[in-house]
Amino acid sequence: MFGFETVELSRALTAMTLLFHAIFATLGVGVPVLVSIAELIGIKKKDPHYTLLARRWTRGYTITVAVGVVTGTAIGLQLSLVWPSFMQLAGNVIALPLFMETFAFFFEAIFLGIYLYTWDRFKKPIYHWLLSIPVVIGGTLSAFFITTVNSFMNTPQGFEMEDGRFTAVDPLAAMFNPATPTKVFHVISSSYLTAAAVLAGIAAFIILVKKGSLYHKKALKLTVMMTFLFAILTAVAGDLSAKFLAEYQPEKLAAGEWHFETEEGADLVVFGTLNENNEVENAIRIPNALSFLAHGDFNAEVEGLNETPEEERPPLWIHYMFDLMVSIGFYTLGISLLFLIFWKMKKWNEYNPLLLWGIVATGPLTMLAIEFGWIYAEVGRQPWILRGFMTVAEGATTSPYVFSMFILFAAVYLVLGMGCLITLRKIFKGKPAELELEHRYPQTAAASKEGDA
Amino acid sequence: MSYELIGISVLWLFLYGYLIVASVDFGAGFFAYYARMTKKDHLINQLISRYLSPVWEVTNVFFVFFFVGLVGFFPDMAYYFGQTLLIPGSIAIVLLAIRGSFYAFENYGSKDNSLYMFLYGATGLLIPASLSTALTISEGGYINETSEGVQLLFGKLLSSPYSWSVVFLAIVSVLYISAMFLTYYANRAGDKPALEILRKYALFWSSPTIIASLTTFIALSQQNMDHFQRAIELWWVFGISVAFFMIAVFLVYQGKYYGWAFIAVMIQFFIAFFGYGASHLPYLLYPYVTITSGVTNESMAIALVIVFIAGLLLLIPSLILLMRLFLFDADYVKGKK
Repeated sequence: MFGFETVELSRALTAMTLLFHAIFATLGVGVPVLVSIAELIGIKKKDPHYTLLARRWTRGYTITVAVGVVTGTAIGLQLSLVWPSFMQLAGNVIALPLFMETFAFFFEAIFLGIYLYTWDRFKKPIYHWLLSIPVVIGGTLSAFFITTVNSFMNTPQGFEMEDGRFTAVDPLAAMFNPATPTKVFHVISSSYLTAAAVLAGIAAFIILVKKGSLYHKKALKLTVMMTFLFAILTAVAGDLSAKFLAEYQPEKLAAGEWHFETEEGADLVVFGTLNENNEVENAIRIPNALSFLAHGDFNAEVEGLNETPEEERPPLWIHYMFDLMVSIGFYTLGISLLFLIFWKMKKWNEYNPLLLWGIVATGPLTMLAIEFGWIYAEVGRQPWILRGFMTVAEGATTSPYVFSMFILFAAVYLVLGMGCLITLRKIFKGKPAELELEHRYPQTAAASKEGDA
Repeated sequence: MSYELIGISVLWLFLYGYLIVASVDFGAGFFAYYARMTKKDHLINQLISRYLSPVWEVTNVFFVFFFVGLVGFFPDMAYYFGQTLLIPGSIAIVLLAIRGSFYAFENYGSKDNSLYMFLYGATGLLIPASLSTALTISEGGYINETSEGVQLLFGKLLSSPYSWSVVFLAIVSVLYISAMFLTYYANRAGDKPALEILRKYALFWSSPTIIASLTTFIALSQQNMDHFQRAIELWWVFGISVAFFMIAVFLVYQGKYYGWAFIAVMIQFFIAFFGYGASHLPYLLYPYVTITSGVTNESMAIALVIVFIAGLLLLIPSLILLMRLFLFDADYVKGKK
């Protein structure tokens, strides 16, 4: 009984740390891409608006990166502190990507430091832009390596098990397991998407509330375009992920879809509720769509959850996580496309307040989708910590102090979250982009004022 | 050389790297706060922040590198340290979290917030103390393995003279290393008033450092006699370390060659640290884990060593670039860029 409670608390502690870290990690991977693109456009078009955009984004990014670094350190240590038996076993196989992740992180940290403090140090601005490349590479590689570890936990391979220890380890086979390609693709594309949507949301918000200038309009157009492109990539990645699940982790897909009986031409269940007999009610059913999602064929057979032994089934509430994630994805794709159509159609006004509010919403919504997606992916492999090899209960610590640590970390994350918001507000409050533009690039500022008028 | 020996050397090297860069950072936080309290902040805080701003993140990575590498090369350590260190480890995480993020909050957000500075200064002393717990328990005698799992014996840890002498040594060394570095940096910047203050700090913290080293050595003989014996056999190593300590203090006292003085400090700690590490072997955690029993399987160890070499080829040029831009660029150090 006591051990059971410790397991639940360990799960809660890890979940809290990861969900908090995910916010900053996602921005950490995605924002440098947007910064780098904006700076390059600024240099190519000789348009200081974009350069200023890159500068201001970077300034806010520094704060989120700081929280990302410290929460990342926390999760790195917590892995061993909260799941010692798991790390003792799996450490033999996942050490390589974990180690490489820190290299990528190191690389990024070094160049981020340089990038931040060399804005005006080079004669040719393109040299400074070049420094953003290692930051982008480092961030994306970090995501890549750490995602391979998570993939390994979903589809372990690259070892043999003898008397409870791993032997004949092949580190590369473990890294490039079946889950790796789709997971990595989905994680990276959705991080880029979320960063773009958050920045688009901010630009739209300022145009709505503070009227915004040419600077904000340029920011909005750039970020919405990026949101649209990354949303398409994410949708493709999501589709590939579903096909992967159908083949390698059918129980996760089946639980996410409330698909109990194995059948051909399976319907896709959207939202709805379950009654006591596990029958689906109040749902929208899209005929044969699940077969298509799982196998690319409307009449293909999809394995149902009943094929999985009862004690190995994930909880059924993850259905909502899956549906929310997908709905937000399509909403973001749709609204960004709508903006682009309004923009290209000369007669229509792309700054329609309704449309802009729709874009403002994509910022928080995509971040929520990231969280929902991770909850679906992680809870969907319950009860396993290493699917097929070790259950979560076997991996947890036996220390009786997990509850106190949970309270401690909850307080710390609360402080960090508040501190981050307060600091971001301080950085930008009372320092609008127009003033900074006038200060740094007086000529452009004068020209854009005429343009506005 | 066997791969487990390569592994532990690599890890030790990173821990040493962390010791140096983190000490500079931790001590600087304390001195910045102390200077604020004694109304001397206008003299040295500019200098400190010019050094810290571009490198604070890098400092953190040295540490992450060490513990990820340790778990990678020696997964058994994850089990023993993980089971026992939940509380001290979590406290260290919290302190690091407060420190890292509040540094960014203060530096990029609200300048001159006294509360942030206090937290930054205080955590700088508490982190070395909490991290040194891991080194302390590796001597054995503080943990208990039963069929229920492994537990840390808090009472023993808190009442042991050895554990307190390690904490004391960690704190005074941090202040000593940091003051020695900042003295060099101030000289480099041609900042006379800052140099005068920092030189005093450096000389002040040198004697507790050497005294703490000796008392820790003596306390070790009570905690782990075998380890103490092996250390005595390496007496000449520690002798060389003391010689470099004297060179460093002499140079700073003379007020010349601050760069050489800091290099002497680095050599002093390098030798002492490796001497300590060498005498610790073959045990990683006495008596549960030895370097051969706890090592990961061969294919993983080889992969880690290969990646490590490839990684260094990437990191060393980047670090040199970082140092050239912010440490050895005279104009930057003087605040002209």
